[in-house]
Amino acid sequence: MEHDLGWIGVVIAALGGAVRISAPYLFVSLGEVITERSGRVNLGLEGTLLTGAMTGFATSYLTGSPWLGVLAAGAAGAALGMVHALICSLPRVNDIAVGIALFIFGMGIAFYFGKPFIEPRASMLPMISFGEWSDVPAIRSALEISPLFIAGAAVALTLEWAIQNTRWGLILRMAGDGADAAKALGYSVNFIRFIATACGGFLAGIGGSFLSLVYPGNWNEGLSSGQGLMAIALVIFARWSPIRCLGASLLFGGASAIGPALQTIGISKGYYLFSAAPYVLTLGLLIYSSSARKALDAAPSELTLAK
Amino acid sequence: MAPPSVEARNLTKSFGSVHALSDVSVNFRPGRLHALLGENGAGKSTLVKCLMGYYQADSGEVVVNGSPHQMRSPQISQALHMGMVYQHFTAVDRMTVAENLVLGRADLPFVIDWSSEINSLRSFMAGMPFQIDPQRRVSSLAAGEKQKLEIIKQLYLGRTFIVLDEPTSVLTPAEADQVLSEVRRLVDEGSLTVAMITHKFREVTNFAQDVTVMRAGKVVASTEVNSDSEARLTKLMFGENSTFMTLAKRSDPPIGSPNALMMTNIHALGDRGDEAVAGATLSVKPHEVLGIAGVSGNGQKQLVEVFAGQRELAEGEITVDSEVYRRTRKEMQKKGIFLLTEEPLQNVCVRSMSVADNLAFRVFDLTPFARFGLINRKMLEKLANELIAKYRVKTPSADAPIGNLSGGNVQRVVLARELSHNVQVLVLQNPCFGLDSHSAADIRSKIIDVRNSGAAVLLFSEDLDEVLELSDRIAVMSEGKIVYEVDAKNADRYEIGRHMAHSTH
Repeated sequence: MEHDLGWIGVVIAALGGAVRISAPYLFVSLGEVITERSGRVNLGLEGTLLTGAMTGFATSYLTGSPWLGVLAAGAAGAALGMVHALICSLPRVNDIAVGIALFIFGMGIAFYFGKPFIEPRASMLPMISFGEWSDVPAIRSALEISPLFIAGAAVALTLEWAIQNTRWGLILRMAGDGADAAKALGYSVNFIRFIATACGGFLAGIGGSFLSLVYPGNWNEGLSSGQGLMAIALVIFARWSPIRCLGASLLFGGASAIGPALQTIGISKGYYLFSAAPYVLTLGLLIYSSSARKALDAAPSELTLAK
Repeated sequence: MAPPSVEARNLTKSFGSVHALSDVSVNFRPGRLHALLGENGAGKSTLVKCLMGYYQADSGEVVVNGSPHQMRSPQISQALHMGMVYQHFTAVDRMTVAENLVLGRADLPFVIDWSSEINSLRSFMAGMPFQIDPQRRVSSLAAGEKQKLEIIKQLYLGRTFIVLDEPTSVLTPAEADQVLSEVRRLVDEGSLTVAMITHKFREVTNFAQDVTVMRAGKVVASTEVNSDSEARLTKLMFGENSTFMTLAKRSDPPIGSPNALMMTNIHALGDRGDEAVAGATLSVKPHEVLGIAGVSGNGQKQLVEVFAGQRELAEGEITVDSEVYRRTRKEMQKKGIFLLTEEPLQNVCVRSMSVADNLAFRVFDLTPFARFGLINRKMLEKLANELIAKYRVKTPSADAPIGNLSGGNVQRVVLARELSHNVQVLVLQNPCFGLDSHSAADIRSKIIDVRNSGAAVLLFSEDLDEVLELSDRIAVMSEGKIVYEVDAKNADRYEIGRHMAHSTH
């Protein structure tokens, strides 16, 4: 190879990979932040991620427009979110149990409707190149960034601001931190949570479309490999802050990229071990951030987890 | 804006077969502080909730400034500048004072300009009787400050008729006096009408101008308050023929007897990992009631849970009869250790099991109730029926699930279970919570009986009057520690209150 960068190449590839792989984590965790700040947990987002991936891919394949696919994926996710919210608004329904049911349901419909789309190729989302200035291919490829990732980062920044400084943000937090106060002011807590869960589903669906239309950019049943579940865990690590979700997603993306990056310099021993890095990281971070002494102090008070 | 006149006319409200309000009429005169006095279950809360539209009355109407209204929702009463301060704080703990206040506004803008909001809040606060920094988090406020915040919130929202639901129940006596005298001052300035729910005579005679006494869903009397009101009000509240059980004559603890129960330097974590109990030390002798006063949330709950074996003991030592107590069932049975926690249905009952089963929890595995691992159902049933009769538990049968019983009756079941054996050490938390005053007096005399028969009793209560009435010695728990201790003979409620508020001046 002409430009053999050695270990620096691994670092560049891992950083590029971080940006490339982090988008689904980012979208799902932002969606979950919105849902959890309203006082509900939606554990079904892994199913939503897959449904979004399938819907996005199918729509792009059928219409030829990947952007329409992204939108359809969001809509499918929002629909699943609404189902979760509607069932949870019934009295004495546990959001955790509903989430697990919807996780399996979302996987089921994705696999069922996705069967015909496993073979064909759909048109992918374009990438934006930020690396034209360099003639090192590794750098150029690392700086191929999806507009969807940029959108996700923008959503994270906007959410961080909106939660503190807008009417909707305050109402959302009130539903999550003091449902009785919200009721006393005449707000319908169920309605707030309905909207929040639907928005959360919308973002998770878009995260799914990233999987099928950007990276890895195809549709198959093993596509998400638990990223939706890890993203939910990541919300706890990010202490319910959208900005920290962005950082945490990049960290997880980077961990996932270590294995492939090492392969580029010919280290393929232990490839599967390195592929397990994000899972090990999830476990480690959760143990770190949820030990008895390290309080779940940032958790919205109305969460079933916090009670 | 002039304060409104509000009148309840012939309000009736039933919940199933229970008549919570029967034909209740009350006139709240404008610019007056009007107390609603009555026992638990007399219908005071139902009345104000019907006034505010949180409940809809079955019949009757609410007349505001002369025109009748059907209060179908809280929004209707809010539009008439009527507001309510709940007994339990509704401010969101994890938000700032400013966020809580601004949230209540009807014209909340989409994007909130915090610097200008905070400036305008500061100038609003300057004209208020109490000031609170708008940028503080509500979770950092003391109970008295939270109560003030709730009142400030109503004023900020422009409410001119305010209902206070037992506003002093979580305050120290000094905080209570301060809050109520400021409220009275606002009323005297002529900008406010206040209705205040209470069951404390002291608050009525010291601060209210008018009083309505309620009993069993009806108005017994509505009158102006004057200096000789208290005796008259007592009769009205409890009925002419009420006789109070007087507490059994006490035997003094034998001098120099060793401690039956000791807790030394107890530390324990709260649910959120905070240090809820931070080095509490106390001791109780046989024939003695040690009463622990304190504002709720100062580690009492966690300390009781540690004693109960429900919470990990992080550091420190508990001894019973000078032996280390490891909180096992064996030790409890051998040493006669009994316990009533707060919220007994959640904490020490199994909701879906029968009243009889719940009554048997302490003894079902002991002879004569169990032999060779087999339980004698007949004997347990007999025990249950005896206890149900003795403690006047209202239950359809001994076989009904305990979860179906009312709060007061659950309390009686647990007290029956915990008081009717050979009690050597008894720990109680808010034993009379939710009971009417007759049942409370009955339970208190049973507690004294247990003490007189030689038990060491540790009583945690948020009701300072209860602590003063029952204790031989009084201690105050604040911020996870015992901060003050005094012999009951020398106890002064204001001194105790100062320590409850953790101020040393």
